[in-house]
Amino acid sequence: MSEKIPVTVLTGYLGAGKTTLLNRILSEPHGKRYAVIVNEFGEIGIDNELVVGADEEVFEMNNGCICCTVRGDLIRILEGLMRRKGKFDAIIVETTGLADPAPVAQTFFVDQDVQDAAKLDAVVTVADAKWLSARLKDAPEAKNQIAFADVIILNKTDLVSPEELREVEARIRGINPYAALHRSVKADVPLDAVLGKNAFDLDRILEIEPAFLEAEDHDHHHDHDCGPDCGHDHHHHDHHHHDHHHHDHGHGHGHGGIKVYHDEQMQSLALTIEGDVDPNKFMPWVNELVQREGPNILRSKGILSFRGEPKRFVFQGVHMILDGDLQRDWKPDEKRNSRIVFIGRDLKEDEIRDGFMKCAA
Amino acid sequence: MSETASLSQHVTSIAAGEQVVATCFLGRTPVFALADGTILFAGIGEETRIAAHPDAAILVAASDGKRLVTGGDDGRVVATDSGGVTTALAAEKGKWIDALALRADGALAWSAGKTVFARDTKGETKKLDAPSSVRGLAFLPKGYRLAIAHYNGASLWFPNAAAKPEFLEWKGAHLDITASPDGKFLVTSMQENMLHGWRLSDGKHMRMSGYPAKTRSFSWSHDGNWLATSGADACVVWPFETKDGPMGRGPRECGVRSRRVSCVAFHPLQLVLAIGYEDGWLLLVRLKDGAEIFVRGEREANDAVTALQWDGQGTRLAFGTREGAAGILDLPA
Repeated sequence: MSEKIPVTVLTGYLGAGKTTLLNRILSEPHGKRYAVIVNEFGEIGIDNELVVGADEEVFEMNNGCICCTVRGDLIRILEGLMRRKGKFDAIIVETTGLADPAPVAQTFFVDQDVQDAAKLDAVVTVADAKWLSARLKDAPEAKNQIAFADVIILNKTDLVSPEELREVEARIRGINPYAALHRSVKADVPLDAVLGKNAFDLDRILEIEPAFLEAEDHDHHHDHDCGPDCGHDHHHHDHHHHDHHHHDHGHGHGHGGIKVYHDEQMQSLALTIEGDVDPNKFMPWVNELVQREGPNILRSKGILSFRGEPKRFVFQGVHMILDGDLQRDWKPDEKRNSRIVFIGRDLKEDEIRDGFMKCAA
Repeated sequence: MSETASLSQHVTSIAAGEQVVATCFLGRTPVFALADGTILFAGIGEETRIAAHPDAAILVAASDGKRLVTGGDDGRVVATDSGGVTTALAAEKGKWIDALALRADGALAWSAGKTVFARDTKGETKKLDAPSSVRGLAFLPKGYRLAIAHYNGASLWFPNAAAKPEFLEWKGAHLDITASPDGKFLVTSMQENMLHGWRLSDGKHMRMSGYPAKTRSFSWSHDGNWLATSGADACVVWPFETKDGPMGRGPRECGVRSRRVSCVAFHPLQLVLAIGYEDGWLLLVRLKDGAEIFVRGEREANDAVTALQWDGQGTRLAFGTREGAAGILDLPA
């Protein structure tokens, strides 16, 4: 079978700037040809012959998986697009502002024909820096889209103050600390931040530590102790964003210095076992967990060290659907430990932690 | 028939060069509808390509032996006759033609999204909005009546009557649809890797499951007693010779291999099946005893048979594949 076509799913609440980003992707001179699946015609300013209108028909699957829904129209459209195979390099699916990304993502794991032809690259969520905080309070769809994302484009940052920006980023991080977060004005992000991410590729789930912790470390590496008469400039270009965080005693609290708001409904949970797990305990546990809690678990990921197994076991999941495989060998200098993360609604944190810890080998 | 029986020396190859969506015979000429919007007339010694859907893709096709009707992602429905003359029958701007059905008397139906169009033999077109996007269409053998497959069931519509369509409910996404030649049964293929059937006299349900993949090709035997299906590592053939159809009865399995059946076609006069596989193999199988004859195939190939069609006498079989291989089998007299 020839190369699978990568598919980027573009979500975002009404007015966040999805169409602006889409138009940028289509108009920049990157030499790639895109097929675009949109829910409303007429918004795309680019004359692209491969623009397909979709109806967002969400179908329930009668396969015993209670939260298993797929986009029926997407299955049909992808089948049709394959008739033009070789005439485009990638597919972008734009969803409506009120859409739940799960059925789109699940389509790529449930339908064999879709799986044979295409692969999900990443879920990219465009968020409005000015209005996201409000939408997270009153629009469950907006929260779902943030929780589900692999990449978040925080757009219209020119319309907010640095303080407001910090506030909204803290809210995003409280829901989803794992997505790559990019600030933008008029969706002006580098396209390689959006496309070709391989976020669902098991071989590419390299790290699942919250990226912001690394970013924070990085900032501090720029800093070093100098005397009061130090003559050189330290270019603390990022640092001023963090200057005031110690004074913030609001609803947020610090994780290594950055502000994070814990969302009441949607959380993430990261767990680590410093060492091996027993696959005969872990596999039944994780399967049972997603079967039972699947409706509440939006995304899951893990890199595990199985006792006696030279390769890393990597899995990822969307609601009740898990996809896992033995991946590359553990490197000799790599610390063998087992880490899992969940993003979801009302996660039963203690129960999940206890269950996972019991899987230790 | 011995195990080594082979008809491979009777196969004439045709380089279609593009995915074959459908094939048919127009007069004596084998004709191929290709994904790139062209129609290939593969006459002996002369090949003609007609751009039926310029700069577009052919999504669906149907033939009655007199013309080939194609529907494209340009929203056009085009009829091509045996002389290679094309006639545009419809253009749904900005839409795709998702399903197509054609009947021997010239009646035609197509769908674009949720909208179904039926064009009677006089050329008058009626329109219907289905409850969800339509994936399959089939005319019932008697009367001007159309079966429509959609989400959560099928609808039966008399285009020339004012009455609302009859709704046959069954949960799930229904794809292709076919009516038995006697008009007693309606069968759909489903997203959930199964077939669903209704006995039209009383609406009784038939579930035909056990497929590892979706059934995307079915074919009725000439006597109407058998329905051959793709989607498993054998051609699964369901019995319909009694008034209960396959209710409570298992299917036959023909041409068992370790690769999936992708396309099936019953011989027009005998209980012999042409079975195409996902690796490009093609076998003829006699239903009575399961005897197999090899037609084409290579080791380690990966090019699914996507189109199969017998001519009216059953002396020639046209086939085509996903990667653009095609050919004709001439049965020795």
